[in-house]
Amino acid sequence: MKVEIKKEQFDPWEELVDYKKNQLQNNPKIGASSIFLGMMRDFNDDENIESMELEYYPDMTEKYLTKIVSDAIKKFKIMDGLVIHRVGLLIPTDPIVLVATWSEHRENAFKATREIMESLKSEAPFWKKESTNKGFKWVKPKNQTEENLDGS
Amino acid sequence: MKIHVKYFANIRDLIGKDSESIDVKLGLSVEGVWGLITNGNKMPNNLLAAVNHEYVSIKHVLKDGDELAFFPPVTGG
Repeated sequence: MKVEIKKEQFDPWEELVDYKKNQLQNNPKIGASSIFLGMMRDFNDDENIESMELEYYPDMTEKYLTKIVSDAIKKFKIMDGLVIHRVGLLIPTDPIVLVATWSEHRENAFKATREIMESLKSEAPFWKKESTNKGFKWVKPKNQTEENLDGS
Repeated sequence: MKIHVKYFANIRDLIGKDSESIDVKLGLSVEGVWGLITNGNKMPNNLLAAVNHEYVSIKHVLKDGDELAFFPPVTGG
């Protein structure tokens, strides 16, 4: 299992090749690999996004990512799982998150990758701040209702 | 007792600093600390809190030396 926060741009395909070579070591029991790659778009809510700052909470973020992947390994009885997530300044097309799982059969790998991604989006402490031609804007989760942060 | 408080994302912008150590009375809860640092404001429903890197409820009672963090809903991935 591997969980990593990257402060610089990363190549997801190189990461997968390295992980397969060094960690999975061509395990012949693996019959399925499921991979999700999230990348930065140049638009959000009809606005052009020039760049994005991704912030995290050191130690807590790694702790929750580790818990999310461990839980998925146990729940879906998969053989291994990997999460790599960017922080810092990103530009459109940059990879944001790579999730990969390996299992005997495709069903559990598909389910585990999906669950890791959904749990990451609701539990792992990351925050996006987008830069547009109108200035900076903190991104709100799609399912959140508006409330002023001063409690009013 | 002394606790360390961290602020992230737009909460840091709101408070105007990223962290501070504060002296609080024994038995104070997370929402009590929020009231203390915002001059009596109620904690917004969507504000999240963690103590020593674990999510906690607003009623969670703090202990000496705890690291408390306030932040908005997460938006990773």
